[in-house]
Order: sequence, then structure tokens, then C-alpha cells
Amino acid sequence: MIKVQNLAKVFGNKHAVDGVSFSVERGEVLGFLGPNGAGKSTTMRMITGFIPPSAGTVSVGGFDTLEHPIEAKRLIGYLPENAPAYTDMTVYGFLNFAAEIRGLRRDDKKRAVNRVVEMCFLESVLHQSVETLSKGYRHRTCFAQSIIHDPEVLVLDEPTDGLDPNQKHEVRQLIRRMGEKKAIIFSTHILEEVDAVCSRAIIIDRGRIVANGTPQELRQKSEWAGAVTARLGGVHNGAVREKLSQLMLAKKVVVLEENTSGVLVRVYPKQASGELAWNIANLSQAEKWTLQELHTEEGRLDEVFRTITMPDTLTENKK
Amino acid sequence: MNAWANIKTIAKRELGAYFSSPLAFVFIVIFLLLCGFFTFMVGGFFERGEASLSASFFLWHPWFYLFLVPAVGMRLWAEERRVGTIELLLTMPITAWQAIVGKFLASWLFLGIALLLTFPIVITVNYLGSPDNGVIFAGYVGSWLMAGAYLAISCITSAMTRNQVVSFIISVVICLFFILAGFTPVIRLLEGWAWPWLVDTITSFSVITHFDGFQKGVLDSRDVLFFVSLIGFSLFSTSVILRGHRAG
Repeated sequence: MIKVQNLAKVFGNKHAVDGVSFSVERGEVLGFLGPNGAGKSTTMRMITGFIPPSAGTVSVGGFDTLEHPIEAKRLIGYLPENAPAYTDMTVYGFLNFAAEIRGLRRDDKKRAVNRVVEMCFLESVLHQSVETLSKGYRHRTCFAQSIIHDPEVLVLDEPTDGLDPNQKHEVRQLIRRMGEKKAIIFSTHILEEVDAVCSRAIIIDRGRIVANGTPQELRQKSEWAGAVTARLGGVHNGAVREKLSQLMLAKKVVVLEENTSGVLVRVYPKQASGELAWNIANLSQAEKWTLQELHTEEGRLDEVFRTITMPDTLTENKK
Repeated sequence: MNAWANIKTIAKRELGAYFSSPLAFVFIVIFLLLCGFFTFMVGGFFERGEASLSASFFLWHPWFYLFLVPAVGMRLWAEERRVGTIELLLTMPITAWQAIVGKFLASWLFLGIALLLTFPIVITVNYLGSPDNGVIFAGYVGSWLMAGAYLAISCITSAMTRNQVVSFIISVVICLFFILAGFTPVIRLLEGWAWPWLVDTITSFSVITHFDGFQKGVLDSRDVLFFVSLIGFSLFSTSVILRGHRAG
């Protein structure tokens, strides 16, 4: 549904987006991750046709956004960053306006407005002016606007920003539910959200894509992926370290905690696989250690995120 | 057909925005008070003893509009940019032109409403004497066209900035030029040293020169064309500026 090819945007002499390519199909929820200023919003603005690209193409539902902007825009629902809305209107007036400009009339319009009001829990503020709304409600009002025409493509720029935990949960569920039938791109810097919602994630840093895969695949890039944490009783530090280091699959052994009852160790694998835990279990049986706890780490997204995007910021600072 | 529906939707929203804030009422009240005061006190409507509105009523309009129209137009784009709703508006399935025209029409219509509310003065002059109502009608048409020209200029300045005050000041200055270019004392000053063709060129750009005909009851196509093309050119400039912002 969304096809982005070699997209680039230059502001002055700054390359905000630099050769980004990806595509999103129906039924996919693509998470867009990256540090602040990485080019997430700029990319989204180019997809929605708000700003023209300096180079590259975007096509939505087969329509090039430069050659057939109106047809492409018709397919898109867009929630801009900070969820702007006309402050002088009531929520009801604003949603009616959004429906009308999307070409909905009379009964269709009424039905569409009712549907989004229900979906976004706006009943209680329907006749309140947008100006007087709390941030959460304003956000949901703008979100409601983006889905009023039941678009096939949704572009959401930080849809959960500024919401309380309950609202975040609701919005995530909503995105996941809609993701079954639509193509959705959403940006965030909350990593748990990626796990909760995305079927695929892209990490973008300084205008370039630095990682692209399912949350599972991204996690595999972590040093942690496949690491085994074990709590062993009746043994001490030195012996454990020595024996575990001799394991074929072990790359590094770290003792996390030591006391009279035993030690807590973490063993990092040479490559992620399920074997390592088995080996450790067998070893402890052979050595007559009491195995009190054993589990394999899944790998952590925040760590992947940091290792991918941090080196750049560090070198940047040094300059 | 579709384009017209979009323009209508935009215009409806914009007009609603005027009336949902006190701005509309403040504007109308001030405009009517100014009209009343200048017509009867300064313009000497009664002392003149003629059944006409040109010398006492329409004469002041270029000057009222100088301050009032930029106040109406300043928020059109500046506010959209400040709040960020421009990002919503321009990602809707409409062209930038439809948005520009829709917004312009809404404000122009609003100015038209304010102008129509001066109707008691027409009733008064008809009660007191028997004026040529055709001349009065032409005056109203000219006045509305002139307001549209000012408004279109305000559209440009409003699109240039996200600060409404800056927009207001710049458009007052530009509109002032369009008045002064035909203001008699300024013309006299110019005639002292400039070539006649230069003076003619400058005065031909003035709203006063072109409004003059309407006040006398003459609907000259050249005058109409002047205002219409000023509006067209200004709206086109607005679209160029808006595109320029987005191109970065």
C-alpha cells in the first residue's frame, strides 16, 4: 500500500532524510523508531504529501504522491505530531468538518462521526470547544479525525505522546485492531510500544534506516539475545566462572551477584540459540551444583536501539 | 463540482471561526461606529444637504479598511501555521488553491456582511431625499471589491509569518502604499519633480483612483478589472509562499 523509494529531504544543507526506502502492505503495522531529530516526522510528512521530497518517490495505493496527490491523500488518514486541531471549534464541529472535507455527506457523515466518537471515547466532550480540552482528549480528537473516512492507510506521528497509561493502552489496542485491515505507519520512541503493536519496525537515525525487521529480529541483534541467567547454589565464584567459560557456546561469563547461598551468573552466547541453557543445566547436574533459577534472555530492544543509534551521537559530541 | 464543494466546506468552517470568537462582533461594531461617526460628524452629511453618499460615506472607506481589513485577514494563515492545523488542512484531499480560495471567500463574505449592515444609512438618505440608488449600489460594489483587494494582500502577509501582529503591520504598510499612490497631497508632491508618465503609472496603482469611479456611480470594467486582478495576483502569491514554506 505504501511504497517509499530513495526518499530524501534536504533543508538548507542539512540532510533530514537521506535515501530511505521501505514498503508497508495491508495488514502490517510498521513502527518507526529513532532518536529525536532522526527524520521520522519529515519522512511522514513526505508520505502524507505535506512537504514535497527533495528526491525519491512515495506511492500510496499505487498513486504517486507528487503526480496524483489528491487520490493518494484520499487513502491516507494522518495524525500529525502534537495532534493539532482547530481550537475555535467544538469537537463535534471539528469532526463534521473533517468528514465533510473527506467527501462524506448527510447520513454517511453522521454515521462516520458517531463511529469515531464511540471508538475514541469522545462522547463526554462532544460539544466542548477544542481549546478547553485536556491534552489526552485533544489527542484523541485529532486521532478520530484521522480515521473518520476509514482510510486504508494510516500515518500516525507519535499517537500515544502525552497520554496517560490507560489511554496509551486503548490507543495501542485500537492501532493493533485496525492494523489487521489497514497499512499503518506509526512513530514512537517508546520501545515497549513496538512489542505491543508492531508487526515490523524500522530504526532510523540521522536520516538513514539503520535497522529493519520484526521486533523479534531486531531483538536478536542484541548482545543479550540468547544470554542465559542462572542462579547456582553450593558453589562459589571462581569455580563457576572457570567451568562455564569452558562451555563451547559461551562467549563471556559475568557474575552478577554472590553471597553465601550461591552465585548469580549470566552467560553470553557466541550466537543466539536455545542450546546454551541445556548445556548449563547439564553441567550443573554433572558438577552437583543446585540449580535454583535458569532462564534465557530474549534480547532487549532498548539495548539494540542504543547500540545502533548511540555511537553516532557520541562521536557527534566529541566533534 | 467537487472543487466547489471543498471550497464551500473550507469557507463554512472559516466563517464559523469568525463568529465563534468575539472578533466578528468587535469588528462589526467598530466598523459601524466609524462609519456613523465619519459620515455624520466629519463628513457633514446633514450640512451638505445633498441626497448622496459618495462625499460623506464612501469617501472614508479606503481609510477604514486600511486598519480593519488586515485585522480580519491576519489570522487566516498565520493562525494555521502557529497551531499546526495547516498540516491537517494541506494533507486533506484538497488542493492548496481550494483552501486559499475558500479562506479568502469566507473573509470576503464576512466583510460583505459588515458592509451590508450599514444599510440604515441608505434608508436614511432615501427618507430625507431622493438619491440615485444606482450610484449608491455602485459605491457598495466598489467598496466591497476594494475590501477584497486589501484582504487578498493580507492573505499574502498572513501566509508569510506565524505571527499575526507582524502580518497585520506589514499588510497595513502595503495597503497604505496602495492608498497613498492616489492620495491628492501625495500626487501634488510627485507632480513637482516626476515625469507625468511616472505620476500616471503610480496613480494607476492606487485603490483610491479606481474606487473614485464607483463612488460616482460608474461601473468601469477597467476599475473592476484592477481590483479583480489585484485579488487574483495576491492569492497566487499566497499559494507560492505556502508552497515555498513546505519545500523548505
